[in-house]
Amino acid sequence: MRAVSQLADLPTGATATVKALAADAGLRQRLEALGLRPGQSVQVLRRGWWSGPLHVRVGMTELMLRRRDAARVSLAA
Amino acid sequence: MPNTGKSTLFNRLTGHHAHIGNWPGLTVDLLQADLQLSGRSVQLVDLPGIYDLRGHSDDEAVVRRFLEQTPVDLVLVVLNASQLDRQLRLALQVQQLGLPAVLALNMADEAARFGVSIQAESLSAALNQPVLPLSAKYRQGLETLQHTLLAQLEARADHPAAIPEQLEERLAAMDADLDGAMAELVERCVTLPARWRDSRSRRLDAVLLHPLLGLPLFFLAMALMFQGIYAIGVPVQEALGSLLDQFGQAVLKPLIAPLPALLQGFLLEGLYQGLGTVMAFLPVIALFFLAMGLVEDSGYLSRAAYLMDAFMERLGLDGRSFVLSLMGFGCNVPAILGTRVMRDRGLRLLSMLVIPFSLCSARLNVFLFMAAVFFPPRIGGLVIFGLYLMSFVAAMLTALLFRGRFPSNEPLVLELPPYRLPTAGQMLSRAWSEVKHFWLWSRRFIIFGVVAVWLLNNLPVGVEPASSASLAGQLGTLTQPLLAPIGINPKLAVALLFGFIAKEIVLGGLAVIYGQADPVALSRAIASDVSWPQALSFMLFTLLYTPCLSTVAVIRSESKKLSFTLLSVAWSLLLAWLVSFVAFQTITRLS
Repeated sequence: MRAVSQLADLPTGATATVKALAADAGLRQRLEALGLRPGQSVQVLRRGWWSGPLHVRVGMTELMLRRRDAARVSLAA
Repeated sequence: MPNTGKSTLFNRLTGHHAHIGNWPGLTVDLLQADLQLSGRSVQLVDLPGIYDLRGHSDDEAVVRRFLEQTPVDLVLVVLNASQLDRQLRLALQVQQLGLPAVLALNMADEAARFGVSIQAESLSAALNQPVLPLSAKYRQGLETLQHTLLAQLEARADHPAAIPEQLEERLAAMDADLDGAMAELVERCVTLPARWRDSRSRRLDAVLLHPLLGLPLFFLAMALMFQGIYAIGVPVQEALGSLLDQFGQAVLKPLIAPLPALLQGFLLEGLYQGLGTVMAFLPVIALFFLAMGLVEDSGYLSRAAYLMDAFMERLGLDGRSFVLSLMGFGCNVPAILGTRVMRDRGLRLLSMLVIPFSLCSARLNVFLFMAAVFFPPRIGGLVIFGLYLMSFVAAMLTALLFRGRFPSNEPLVLELPPYRLPTAGQMLSRAWSEVKHFWLWSRRFIIFGVVAVWLLNNLPVGVEPASSASLAGQLGTLTQPLLAPIGINPKLAVALLFGFIAKEIVLGGLAVIYGQADPVALSRAIASDVSWPQALSFMLFTLLYTPCLSTVAVIRSESKKLSFTLLSVAWSLLLAWLVSFVAFQTITRLS
């Protein structure tokens, strides 16, 4: 399988581990507050229509985030 | 923490007697209430829900400042029991600051359902503070919580209330070790399920968030919701309206018979009729808030943000703007206050520009009445539906036109909570407080408005009420060069003028202007004076122009810019006039 480097490219249904957050302080804190931090495993549950947001699960929390913001979350190979 | 049922717990503990406290140095209002603990009375303050004491959000700053300035006897930290894997951070921060604390793990029922098990005792030992799993929604564990709070307060009776020193420095110093400490604590005290166990949310999401079905289903649900509200609410409203009128005729009229005719007319046809018309609509409004509360507390509203975000993004807005606009269908004022969650100024201003086009419950009063007067029931329903559609179109058009002026680049990351079944008691008490608020709020405007309309109609002294010689008639005639092309006659113009203060006045105002207290007689009087294209134009104008003075005031205070407030008012007036003009001229030319 081709190594996926960022959350925005993770196929629907797949799980990966967060490596780093290349986001500005505001977004990084928001992601971390909701549990999306390095070392956590994240699963993409679905993608919205018309390039809509991703629906992901981290630990016991489910979130939506835009693909643009998901591109800032890099994944461990 | 946000989304942990903190407000529910606060209400359960204090029993809805909270009031807004004034805290020096804080820019927001905090709810506070007396909490009775077996005879001892303590002050409980509801601080904003936060994720992290070190965070940069406004809410997080408010909590920090509060803790720095206000000595507290005890901190009650409320977390969501099923999300301890990330939420324990806050409890650790409070503990490491040395603040005396009790940790409430709310929604323990849900955690059990999802297969999360928590060793409260070892957690309590590790944090050196009481840890109590409970469910505020189902009233489980509340007594134990109260006993614990009391015991903790008494145990610390001889300690002075605490203010943590150098709060920010100490938080910063501990931050590096926090992740490790939290992971270790979760490992030791919380057992997460090997597989996600919330199959209910999973199955519902598969349908409700379906890429193709999701949006049609959402709009279908909304349409059914509104249909249901009218199917139940409108007959109740009509019955209540005629009951109130009969009471006025049979009981009040004889009572005030000795008073001068002018005063009689004012009391009965002005004040009583004005208040009665609005009161009759309270059932519809209660049903509306009930339904909206159900949608919100079930978790469907945050799904609406997910479903609509792609579309809203192209309008320069985001999923939250959509949800706030939806809330605006109840009342625009809290919806505009809700834009505080947005940090990007462009996004926030654009949302504030769009929200006033949401057809709020006060405007709905006017439309339900007018639709019943001018159209048979089947067509009337379509007219109301068309007005809702127009409300969306106006909001979309506004966003498209102004998105260039208010560009934004805010990321959107939202929690999608599991689906929940709200309890009946929770829903009813919520709807009740919303209706109470609406009534108290609108009553002031109605009394003022109705008095003013009545005075304008009956002054100068001796004039035939509401004739063209009265102040109202003169004022109405003055507007004709501008309003005649859109079919608004002088009487309707006066109602619209007062509608600027609040839409609740419009109906009461019309009752006063046409001098008819009885709803049926008022319908007839208006129907004989106004044609249906005129009525339609009046409704469109009412829908689109400035919702009310309160909305203007809150836009001013939230945007902190007079120029923006003026833009919002001017644009809505212009759009209202243009749409009414096109509609009225097209219909009159065609027929």
